[in-house]
This record gives sequence, structure tokens and C-alpha cells, in this order.
Amino acid sequence: MKRKEKKKMGAGSIIFMALVYLFLYMPVFVIILFSFNKNNSNIAFDGFTLKWYLEVFKGDSLMKNFWLSIELALVSMVISVVLGTLATIGLYRYEFKLKKFINGLLYVPIVIPELVIGLASLASFSKMGMTMGFATMVFAHVTFCLPFVIITLRSRIADFDSSIEEAAMDLGANQWHTLKRVTIPMLTPGIISGALLSITLSIDDVIISYFVSGAGDITFPIKVYGMVRGKITTNVYVISTLMIIGIVVVYLGAGALGRFLEKRKEIRDIKKIEAQ
Amino acid sequence: MKEKKKKERKNTLPILCMVGPTSLWLLFFLLIPLIYVVVISFMTKGAYGGVVFKFSIDSYKRIFDPLYLTVMWKSIVMAFETSVICLIISYPFAYMLCKVPAKVRGMLTLLIMLPFWVNGLIRLNGWSNILRDSGFINTLLMKIGIIDQPIQMMYSEGAVLFGMVYTFFPFMVLPLQSSISKLDQSLIEASYDLGARKVKTFVRVILPMTLPGIFAGTIQVFIPSLGAFFISDVMGGGSAAYLGNLIQNQFLVARNWPLGAAFSVLLIIFTLVVLKAYSKVGDLDDLA
Repeated sequence: MKRKEKKKMGAGSIIFMALVYLFLYMPVFVIILFSFNKNNSNIAFDGFTLKWYLEVFKGDSLMKNFWLSIELALVSMVISVVLGTLATIGLYRYEFKLKKFINGLLYVPIVIPELVIGLASLASFSKMGMTMGFATMVFAHVTFCLPFVIITLRSRIADFDSSIEEAAMDLGANQWHTLKRVTIPMLTPGIISGALLSITLSIDDVIISYFVSGAGDITFPIKVYGMVRGKITTNVYVISTLMIIGIVVVYLGAGALGRFLEKRKEIRDIKKIEAQ
Repeated sequence: MKEKKKKERKNTLPILCMVGPTSLWLLFFLLIPLIYVVVISFMTKGAYGGVVFKFSIDSYKRIFDPLYLTVMWKSIVMAFETSVICLIISYPFAYMLCKVPAKVRGMLTLLIMLPFWVNGLIRLNGWSNILRDSGFINTLLMKIGIIDQPIQMMYSEGAVLFGMVYTFFPFMVLPLQSSISKLDQSLIEASYDLGARKVKTFVRVILPMTLPGIFAGTIQVFIPSLGAFFISDVMGGGSAAYLGNLIQNQFLVARNWPLGAAFSVLLIIFTLVVLKAYSKVGDLDDLA
């Protein structure tokens, strides 16, 4: 059986997959290469330099936009995760009248073109008398991140053993206690992947921010959108390269941490059994 | 009866605490804004932009201007071509991904998501560095001496299509992969045992069973490509006008909000219809 499956993964398949990854990564390689470009106008690659990296580390004006993007992504993530975790548990545990409607509403930001959310936010926020800026960006970003967080969490909560919650209640824990000590710890892996997804979506967003950002609060992607029709300066490539290195480190670190925690838990379990 | 009522009342508080905040958020920042767009679409354009609250269906009449109809048709064709090409690349790719050992598969799936950490705009700009007249491909071909004149690849409809496929095909891979990995292998084996050949098994067994994934992936590509104005901005140059550019322009440049809103209402209705239709064939959660 196993051999049969192995046979199916022929050379043709491997070449096809490699080509798809090449297609996916070609521009990323170009960006990394150009981050070392001597020529700041980036018409061609003129030679290798670390000059722009030093400039970025010294504190480039573009870094302000970059940190604003990070701040926005983190604030939106925290709100989305808190609201999303509560809502997922509530929607899973209880039956009520508007449940179907709320569930349906959740799919709208996922499917509707971002453009529509952006302009709807712009129109209604300015009607309510808000000035476009950081706050309006948070409102709009949470609106499109929240459903993704809820659906990520929902896929975890579905494989839940609800008897553990019931056992906690039977043993005298009240609802709040059960939530804090049983439900949320069981949901933690889902919360982490939901949080990561929320940050990714928020940092990558161009379209929605484009409508609801203010003159003083411009995110990194919006700043780049302003450049992209003319010339992109090398510091954009530098920051992008640093971001991709950063995220690879985070992923590798998270993987290592996960393995470490699992091992520690195993050792603890073994010790517990031995103690018994 | 009394007991049940009591239980329901007891649950009201936790339901409000848990689902209430999200519901209020979606009400204020999603539902009301969308309804407001519908309202604006029936209003009159102010003399200096903005909206005058006087009922009119002028915007809906203007949609049928042949100029706008052409743009809409072009956008639908572009979205359709993008979806078809994405499906042709993604289906075999997702299928192979499911055949890879589980350990490597996690790694390969991660590799699909990784480029998202470089903003889509910048990655498209990376392609522009490769494809434009002074880009890598033309420079290389001219140096070797195959061509004397650069081949124009950027700033055309083909370039926009290329950018759309590049941007959206990962969104096609993930739902397909989830659908294909749920395939019941015994049915495929049964088909072989009953004498069906590879092609027949694929058309009669595998394809129908993965249809929900195909629908989910197509929705994930088709709808966003209708609104993604920045792809045509970067790849198509200034002249490319698709529905997304048109709406963006009406809102931020021409400042004809009612007309922009009317086009958006078309997109909203289209989205809701697609969602409703999809909920009949597949699991809505697969869309995320």
C-alpha cells in the first residue's frame, strides 16, 4: 500500500510542484536581491551594497510606517481574538434566535471584495463624524479579521470533548470558572493560529486601509502603494527582506517551542505515572 | 415548561456576554456600513462631491452606459479567466500536495503562506522588475542576442491576468487541498477494481467528490479579483480600467459616491447570491 503511494509521486509531479514554488517565489528572490542594490532607483541591479540596511537600522522615515502597520496589526489582533474567542464559545454552546443570522453575517467579510468593506467603512465612518486615522483603521481591520479568527477557532472547538466541560460543572465549577480553567486552555492552539492569521491579514492589507487611513496615519503598504506607480526606493525591499527573515525565525522558533513544551509535558506525565 | 423557560433565562446573560460584543461589532462596522452604501446608491451626487440626500435612481440608470457595461464585461471575463487558470494550476498541485508524506506536507503548506509576509504590492513590483522592458528577462535575451528589441510584457491585459493569477492562486490551493484530503480512498480503489481507468475514475469519482473544494476555491478567486484595483494599477499601467478601478475612482477621485455605491451594490448582491448558492453544496467554513 505504502509503496503504491510512493510510486504515484513521479518525477513529473516533483517538477510541476517545483515550478509552482518557483512561480510563487521568483518575485521574492528579486526583492531580496534588490535590497542589496547600489542604485536606489532600481531600474537595474548595479552592484552589491549593505548601505540601505544600515540606513534602515539607523532609523528611516519608512520605519515609522512599518511600526504603524505592526501596531495596527497587534491592536486589531487582540480585539479580534478576545471578541472571537468569546463569540466562538457562545455560538458553539448555546442556541438562540439570532444565531443563524450572526453566523451568516460572519461569512460576508470573508467573501465580499475588500474594496466594498473599505468604501462602506469610509462612507459610514465619515457620516458618523469620525476623522480617518488609526481608530478607523482598527475598526475596519477587526471587521475583516474577526470572522477568520472565529472560523479558525470553530474548527478546533468542533473536535472538542464537551464531556470535560460537563465534568468540570458537575464537580462544582461555575460557568466562568469552567470557561477560564477548562474551555480557554483547550482552545489555546486555535487561539494562537487565529492570532497569527489575524496579524497576517492585517499587515498585508492594502485595499481597506487605503480607504480608511488618515493623512497622519499611513501604513507601510499604503506608503508603498503611493510609490508603486513611480519608483520603489530600496528601503522598501530592505524592510520586506527583514520581514520575511523575521517571520521565518518566528515560525522556526514557534515550532521549536511547541516541541519543547510537548516534551516537557511528556516528561511530566511520565513522572506523574511513576509517582502513582 | 417552566423549567425550560428558567433555563433559557439563565442562559441569556452568558449569551449576551459572549456573543453580544461580536454581534454589536458586526452590526456597527459591517451591517450598517453596507446598508448605508445601499442608501447612498439611491441618493444624488453633490455639486462638489459628497452626497445630497434626495432620492434618485440616476446612478442605476448610468450603470447601463455602454462605457460602464464594457468595463463590467471586461472585469467579469478577467475574473473568469483568472479562476480557470488558477484551477488548472491549483488542482494538480493540491492533489500532489495530498500525496506527499504528512511531515513534508506541513512544511510545503507553510511555504505557500510564507510569501504573504511580503506585501502583495511589493511582490507584484518584483514581477515588474522581471518582466518590464528593462527587466531581467529582456536584458538577458538581449545580451544573448536572441532579440534586439525588448518584448513588451508589462502594461497589458495579459500582464494584469498574470498578476491576478499570481496573487490569487494560493487561495485556490488551500480549499482544494482540504477537499482532496477528505477523499475516501476506498471509493477510488473500488472504481479501479470495477474496471474503470484513470481518466474515468477521475471524471466520475474524484472530480464530483471534490466539487465543493472547487466551488470554494473559485469563490475565493473570482470575487476578490472583481475588486482588486491595485493589481491592474501595477501590472496594467494607468490605462487599465476594471470594475475595481472604476469604483475606487468614483469614490476617491471623481467623487461621485452614489455611482460608486451603485456599482458596489451590484458586488454586494452578487456576493450574497454566491454565498447562498454555495451554502447548498459545501461547508461555508471551508471558505476561510
